[in-house]
Amino acid sequence: MFFGGMFLAYTLYRYKYPVAFAAASNHLDIRLGGINTVVLIFSSFTMAMAVYSTQLGKRRNSIIFLVLTIVLGLTFLGIKAVEYHDKYRDNLIPGQLIPGRPFNPEVAKPGDPDPHKLHVPLGVPIGNVQMFYWIYFAMTGMHALHMIIGVGLLTVITIMAVRKRFGPEYHAPVEISGLYWHFVDIVWIFLFPLLYLLGRHLEGHMG
Amino acid sequence: MSEHIVYPRVYITIFLVLMASTGLTVVSAFRDFPGPLNAVVALTIAVVKATFVVLYFMHVRYSPRLIWLVIAAALFWLAIMFALTISDYSTRSWLPIT
Repeated sequence: MFFGGMFLAYTLYRYKYPVAFAAASNHLDIRLGGINTVVLIFSSFTMAMAVYSTQLGKRRNSIIFLVLTIVLGLTFLGIKAVEYHDKYRDNLIPGQLIPGRPFNPEVAKPGDPDPHKLHVPLGVPIGNVQMFYWIYFAMTGMHALHMIIGVGLLTVITIMAVRKRFGPEYHAPVEISGLYWHFVDIVWIFLFPLLYLLGRHLEGHMG
Repeated sequence: MSEHIVYPRVYITIFLVLMASTGLTVVSAFRDFPGPLNAVVALTIAVVKATFVVLYFMHVRYSPRLIWLVIAAALFWLAIMFALTISDYSTRSWLPIT
């Protein structure tokens, strides 16, 4: 399990810098993350329906469900791009990944409600907050890469379905692509609470 | 590939369960539970959701024992990786020297 290593890194650093991680996590957009969770679970459902339709030989339905899955996958990636752009705007891309725009968020003074600024309790090193963003970009970036591969895979499967390559006797490629798609969904099922939700109950205690 | 066909009624039920538990995890995240319980609640819901996806969307429930064995082996190795690494990192401060 390749993602397991990154989940382990996340666990260790969250254990080491709990306050910085909660503060950085609360800065993520819970609405966009939540919408993306719904979009991805819905796409897993349409993928399961595509496999079902292929098993029964209902070619038209299976193509409709495959296209729907691809559209939902692209919707997820689009929302993810909006989120990444928000982080870019707030100078939250870690290190020097973007030349000329190093990690340099504006830290809010106590009582300042500006959501574009980072709300970090006094005494928490900004470097620890940056660590959260390294892990956030590594994990969501790797997940998005898997999504892009999945969309490519499903495009090929859809073209094959249009060319009448599958039927009740032969549908292994559809089913295996489905397994891959559900796996990517499972990774997100863990990423969403770990990255977006873990510090929300502490929001009142943050600066 | 198993020839078992899962019917849309099952898929729709699982989808609704997943939606409900997503709502539950968001609502519970804003409540302040004692100690580390927030993380426990969030992870329990995530594990339940993942289990539903694996059992029904991925058809594992209707698959031969070999598939179950492969999944158990993967989870077992993941547990070893977490257990050994965390037992190292969490006990380093016990030693007086750095």
